[in-house]
Amino acid sequence: MGKPLEVRWHGRGGQGAKTGAILLGEALANSGRYMQAFPDYGPERMGAPMRAYNRISDAPITIHSGVSSPEIVVVLDATLLGKVDVTNGMPDDGVLIVNTHKTPEQIRKEINLTGRRVFTIDANRISTETIGRAIPNTPMLSAVVKVTGIVDYQDLLNQTKAKLRKKFKNKPELINGNIKAIERAYQEVQSE
Amino acid sequence: MITQDKLKAEDFVARTGNEAVAEAMRQINPDVVAAYPITPATEIVQIFSGFLADGLVDTEFITVESEHSAMSACIGASAAGARVMTATSSQGLSLMAEVLYIASGLRCPIVLAEVNRALSAPINIHCDHSDTMAVRDSGWIQIYAENAQEAYDNLIQAVRIAEDQEVKLPVMVCMDGFIISHGLEVVRLLKDVQVQRFVGPNKPAYSLLDVEYPITVGALDFTDFYFEHRRQIAEAMEKAKTVICKVGEEFGVEFGRSYGFFEGYKMEDAEYGVIAMGSTAGTAKVAVDELRKKGMRAGLLKLRVFRPFPVTELINATKGLKAMAVLDRADTLSTNGGPLFQEVCTALYAEDHRPKINNYIYGLGGRDITPFDLEKVYQELPKLAAGEEKAKPRYLGVRE
Repeated sequence: MGKPLEVRWHGRGGQGAKTGAILLGEALANSGRYMQAFPDYGPERMGAPMRAYNRISDAPITIHSGVSSPEIVVVLDATLLGKVDVTNGMPDDGVLIVNTHKTPEQIRKEINLTGRRVFTIDANRISTETIGRAIPNTPMLSAVVKVTGIVDYQDLLNQTKAKLRKKFKNKPELINGNIKAIERAYQEVQSE
Repeated sequence: MITQDKLKAEDFVARTGNEAVAEAMRQINPDVVAAYPITPATEIVQIFSGFLADGLVDTEFITVESEHSAMSACIGASAAGARVMTATSSQGLSLMAEVLYIASGLRCPIVLAEVNRALSAPINIHCDHSDTMAVRDSGWIQIYAENAQEAYDNLIQAVRIAEDQEVKLPVMVCMDGFIISHGLEVVRLLKDVQVQRFVGPNKPAYSLLDVEYPITVGALDFTDFYFEHRRQIAEAMEKAKTVICKVGEEFGVEFGRSYGFFEGYKMEDAEYGVIAMGSTAGTAKVAVDELRKKGMRAGLLKLRVFRPFPVTELINATKGLKAMAVLDRADTLSTNGGPLFQEVCTALYAEDHRPKINNYIYGLGGRDITPFDLEKVYQELPKLAAGEEKAKPRYLGVRE
C-alpha cells in the first residue's frame, strides 16, 4: 500500500475550503477511487484561517491522522500568503494552486519559493462574473482537476450538475453559474 | 475488515460516519427514536429527522429536554416492545449514565449510536474514549468502529445482537468523534431490502402493552432477587459473545464483510504487536507495513468488542507475541494504566506464556496520532521483550 496522494486546502472561514475538499472527495468516490475529505475543526469563525484535506488512493485508505506532507496545496485566499506557511511539508515536486489575479511567477517571487510547481487562477473574478458572488471553491476545484487530472473533467461537470440540482432546486441560476465557473476556470488556469 | 469484495464499484458512495449511521437508521426504520443533540453526534439525529420529515421512515421521533430524558423515553418505548434507537456523545452519555444502568437492568435492547468525544473539563469537543469508558460497567455491549463503513455495518448488526432472546441487552455502537463522524470516506451502503431482511422483524418476548399477558417492569428487587437479576446480566453478556460472532459471520456471508471480536492485521507470524480500538487501528496498519519493510515482524490486533470482553480470544490472538503495547485513548487516572490495559492484563495474567505488555495513553482530546508515533511504540517492544525495560504506563504525544 503506497502513500495516498494528499491535498491541503487553505482558506478563511466561510470561503468554502471544506466544501472544496468535500466536492473533490465526492467526485473521486463517484469515479470509484478511495478518498478522505476532512477539515481541521476548531472554533468556526468567519474569516479566520482554516484548512481542509483530501487523501486519494486506488487502494482502501486506513490512515486516520492529519495530513502533514501534501503533494497538492490549494490556496483559496491569496491574503493568507506570507501569514500562513502554505508550502509547509510539501515535497519538491508538489503543486501549489493559488486563487489570485497575479501570475505564477509573481506568486513564486512573493513567497520566495524554490522548487515545486505554481499555478494561478482568478477564481474570485470568475465566480463573481458567473455566480454573482466571490465563492471561489468550484472554480478552484476545476483548476485542481485541470492541473492534476485526478478526476475526469466531463465527470466533474456531470457530477456537479447532479449535486447542485438537488441543492438548489429553487435557484437554477446558481447551477448554471457554477457550471460556467468550472468551464472558465478549466480554460483560464495559468502555469509557469 | 473487507474480506471479500462482493459489491461492485458503482456501490461506492461518499459518506461521513454520521451520514452513514443516519442512513443505517433510516434503513432499519426503528419504531421510536428519542434524542437530544450534542456535538459531534448532532448530525445523526438531524439527518434522521430529515428522513422523518420526508416521510422515509415510520418512526415516532420524541424530542426531549436532555439526554437523561432521551434514554428514559427510550426505556419506556423499549419496555412497551418497540425497536428503539438514539445517538449521543461525551457529556450527553455522562448525563445518561444513571439511566443506562436501568436500560440494561430492565433488559431493554436499545441501540445507541455513540460518537466518542472527550469529557470536560477543560472543555473539548474532539475524540477520545473517556465517555464510553466511564460507562463500561453499565451492562451495555460496546462495539467500536475503525471507519465509517464499520460504524454503518456495526449499527445494522447491533439490532440483531441486542434483540437476540439469549442477549436482550442494549448495545452502544461507537465511532471516533470528528475523525470518523465528520470525515468523508468511501462507504458501500446496502440496499434497504438487504438491511431489512438482515435485521428482521422485532419480536419482543414481553411487552407492557400486551394486555393478555400483563407484566411489571422496574419492580422493587431487594435482598431476595436483586443479586440473581444482576447475575443474569453477566450471563447474558457471556451468551452475547456467541451471538456477536454469529451475527458478524452471517453479515460476512450475506454482504462480504465479516466481523468478530478482533481484526488481526499481519498477526500470523508477528512477534511484536499493538492492540488498539477505533480509527487509530487504521493508522497502526500503516505503521505495521512500514516496520515489516524494515524487517520487524510487527502485527496489529484491532479490538472491536470491548463489552463483553473476549478473554479466550485475546489469549489465543496474543500467544505468538514476545511483547505488545496496549493503546488507550482514555485514562483511568488510577496511576495504574488505561482501561484497555487493565482488561488485557487481567485476561492474560493466569497464562503461563504471555507476552510482556506495555501501556500507552494517547490522543486525549483529539491529539493527533501518526504512523511515526506508532512506529516508535513498536520500536520500544524488543527492549521490553529482552527485559531491558520495565513495563509501566506511559503517555504518548503529550508535552511534559
